[in-house]
Amino acid sequence: MLENAITITNVTKRFDDFVALQEINLEVKKGELVCFLGPSGCGKTTLLRIIAGLEECDKGEIIQHGKVITHLPPSKRDYGIVFQSYALFPNLSVAKNIGYGLKKQDIEKKAAKKRVKELLALVGLSGSEEKYPSELSGGQQQRVAFARAIATNPSLLLLDEPLSALDARVREHLRQEIRELQKNLGITTIMVTHDQEEALSIADKIVVMNHGIIEQIGTPLEIYHHPNSLFVADFIGKINLLSAVYKGSGYFQVGQLRFKVDILPTNEPSLEKKIKLLVRPEDIKLHYETYEEVNIIEGDVLKVTFLGSFCRVLMSVRGLLKDSLLIDLPHKALVKGTIQEGSLLKLCIAPSDVCYFMDEENA
Amino acid sequence: MRSIWHDSNKIILMVVMGLLLLILGIIIFLPLIEILQKSFYAHAGSFVFLDNFIAYLREPRALSLIYNSLFISCVVTIIIVPIAFIFAYALMRSCLPFKPLFRYLALIPLLAPSLLPAISFVYLFGNQGMLKSWMGDGSIYGVWGIVLGECFYVFPHVLMILLSALSLSDARLYEAAQSMGANGVKKFFTITLPSVKYGLVSAVLVSFTLVITDFGVPKVIGGDFAVLATEIYKQVIGQQNFELGATVGVLLLIPSVITFIADGIVQKKQKSVLGAKFVLYKPKPSGLFDNIMLLFSSTVVGLLLMILSVSIFASFMKFWPYDLSLVLKHYDFNSMDGGGWDSYFNSIRLAFWSAFLGTILVFVTAYVVERGKVLSSLRSIIKFLALLPMAVPGLVLGLGYIFFFNNPQNPLHGIYQSMAILVACTIAHFFTTSYITAVTTIKQIDQEFDDVAESMGIAFYKTFFKVTVPIAIPSILEIGRYFFVNAMTTVSAVVFLYAPQTTLASVAVLNMDDAGDISSAAAMSSLIVATSVGVTLLFNFVSHYLVFATQKWRKS
Repeated sequence: MLENAITITNVTKRFDDFVALQEINLEVKKGELVCFLGPSGCGKTTLLRIIAGLEECDKGEIIQHGKVITHLPPSKRDYGIVFQSYALFPNLSVAKNIGYGLKKQDIEKKAAKKRVKELLALVGLSGSEEKYPSELSGGQQQRVAFARAIATNPSLLLLDEPLSALDARVREHLRQEIRELQKNLGITTIMVTHDQEEALSIADKIVVMNHGIIEQIGTPLEIYHHPNSLFVADFIGKINLLSAVYKGSGYFQVGQLRFKVDILPTNEPSLEKKIKLLVRPEDIKLHYETYEEVNIIEGDVLKVTFLGSFCRVLMSVRGLLKDSLLIDLPHKALVKGTIQEGSLLKLCIAPSDVCYFMDEENA
Repeated sequence: MRSIWHDSNKIILMVVMGLLLLILGIIIFLPLIEILQKSFYAHAGSFVFLDNFIAYLREPRALSLIYNSLFISCVVTIIIVPIAFIFAYALMRSCLPFKPLFRYLALIPLLAPSLLPAISFVYLFGNQGMLKSWMGDGSIYGVWGIVLGECFYVFPHVLMILLSALSLSDARLYEAAQSMGANGVKKFFTITLPSVKYGLVSAVLVSFTLVITDFGVPKVIGGDFAVLATEIYKQVIGQQNFELGATVGVLLLIPSVITFIADGIVQKKQKSVLGAKFVLYKPKPSGLFDNIMLLFSSTVVGLLLMILSVSIFASFMKFWPYDLSLVLKHYDFNSMDGGGWDSYFNSIRLAFWSAFLGTILVFVTAYVVERGKVLSSLRSIIKFLALLPMAVPGLVLGLGYIFFFNNPQNPLHGIYQSMAILVACTIAHFFTTSYITAVTTIKQIDQEFDDVAESMGIAFYKTFFKVTVPIAIPSILEIGRYFFVNAMTTVSAVVFLYAPQTTLASVAVLNMDDAGDISSAAAMSSLIVATSVGVTLLFNFVSHYLVFATQKWRKS
């Protein structure tokens, strides 16, 4: 088993009456890239700042490589940080920015110079030593901030929404670059983001947060396919949500329809229990494309939205009174011209593609 | 639990905070406590609470003084706020040509002592005034002289508030209104006026307070028309009646404190008006309107310059208005009352030290309050002390200094009658405005600079000198200039504190005028204006040079 780089136990933080973090427990393994994901105000940045020592927690303990760092000032901790604003010192050149933390560690100035050169090469900005931050593009500034953060060879890298100030194309490119650099350096990294796509695409582990608590910790695949709360399911990706009642043996009554769902023996609902069923739009298939025998539904197309690589179809389903369904279909289905507003579709859902949650609100 | 003592940065920060608290406590808080205390005690030293005030208010003379003060303040406010508003409107909302020039010229009264307009009006309409005939049977000595002089004095203060209020308007509101077919008048009453209402309230309060607490103008041109501010001066300087001075001083504190509190509320509301995405309003040319605004602004600036230049010209005339040949004899200060040329050089020394020490103190205070991460309750106290001087008229502060430092039991008694007490008092007097400038600047500097530096193990004070100060240099210079100019021109606080060896130029103006030597008073005033203008130009030049030299990283 891999060594823990960071262990967080029962960390709680309040701002006056507002509970920013409640009883947070989390382990980050060495060399992992962990994303804190959640809506604004969920506490993800506060948690990062507590790990950085920029905020102090009211309760709990933080251990880094076996050493308790809970009350250490930032300067005594071992990490590098990149902020959303990059926080590059505007009055210092790129070289001086990157070398800002090197100071006496490198006794010879030559060594510092060499290190700066190395780092600039690493982030693909060789030769920019004497430029000022304002002379660089947003993406380049971000690279400089990254280089500065790893200049002192920290064992931990903290990234606070490092990409959200960039435009979409640069962002997508840079996040892959960050991921590669992080893998090559083998540096444990925690990144805060509110962008689910970003988290899904580069994280080893995602920590989904909401209202100061951790909703779920898991790999991107686990989080996406097996969300363990409605919040996680709703926050990541698109979902269809159906109110259902459990009828036993894996069958749920939804309106006038019956759905077969793969039930975990450990988590079987009691009979007649009110349940929410969850299906991702891309898991609903056209019937003639599959060989499913169960969960076959029919419905009328209400609206078709073209979304580039696929189409999102809104349907009213026969037998469901109020719930309509969103379905993502590949292009070719539309090209045939069989799907347009008003057309009748026959669809099916695999029992393994449906998640179920106890219906807390209507229990 | 929290390991403050293991963190050398926090220890340094706390030592700095302790020092600030000590300094601000001595130069601001304790003198004020002293004057409040004095006003609540009888001459013999027993506590009488409000008796002093009640006794004072029973005197018919007191009521007439209060009435006079209120009357003057209201009249000046009613006259000057609309004028300043139109002027500000012309600068912000019309396509007036030479806007920067108009703006600089309109702020010129800030560079003159408040005595100067009064002297000019004496020259124009006084007993030997050039235009005395215009007055008919009336006299400039009294209400109208005071009103005119005060208008000159408060105009730039009011103008600055209204300029910043008008700069807050969001262009998109106007575009939306226009697309819905609203005409100019409707836009003015539905968008412009509501958006500047807080600024207008501020302007009215500031105008009122400045006039009611100023004693320079009424002293020179008031004649028999006495107001509260001149009364304090008379009681303390003339009759050595410090207790009565304190009582009247605390009365003057009331409008200042009201303004201070109201301004705080207004500032908070103003903030919420500003959205995150804000589009700056750019006026479009409109022939007739622009021309009317040009005519108006030129008239106002023309009057300001005329008032200023009357004193300057008269100071070079042999015997205004009868013999207009040019002479320099009025500048031979050594042969007159008021301390001679020494007083001018004393003023320069005062201004230099106030600018030097004041700027450091202000900037460090603002930095610690905004960025110090320890002991937030102590930070709030420091912040309170920094904002307090705004609520205290100079006369009251000066009196407080007498009470506090002239007490033989005070270990700091030694600085009484020295240059040091004048510097301390001047820094305290002009602390708040500079402090607010510094806070605004520091707020614009990303907090994350400090966070990043700290995460790299660099002490906060290194980042302060390496990053924060270089970025803030233009605003630091502006604070220095502000202290320098105000130290040159102020009379109100220091008039109680100067000693024979530390006479000041601005006080000399007062004393020369008192001695009937109005030409020399005008000469010294002119010298003060010239120095202020010179220093302002010098600071602006240095600032521009530094910005130019660092433009490589300053361009955004």
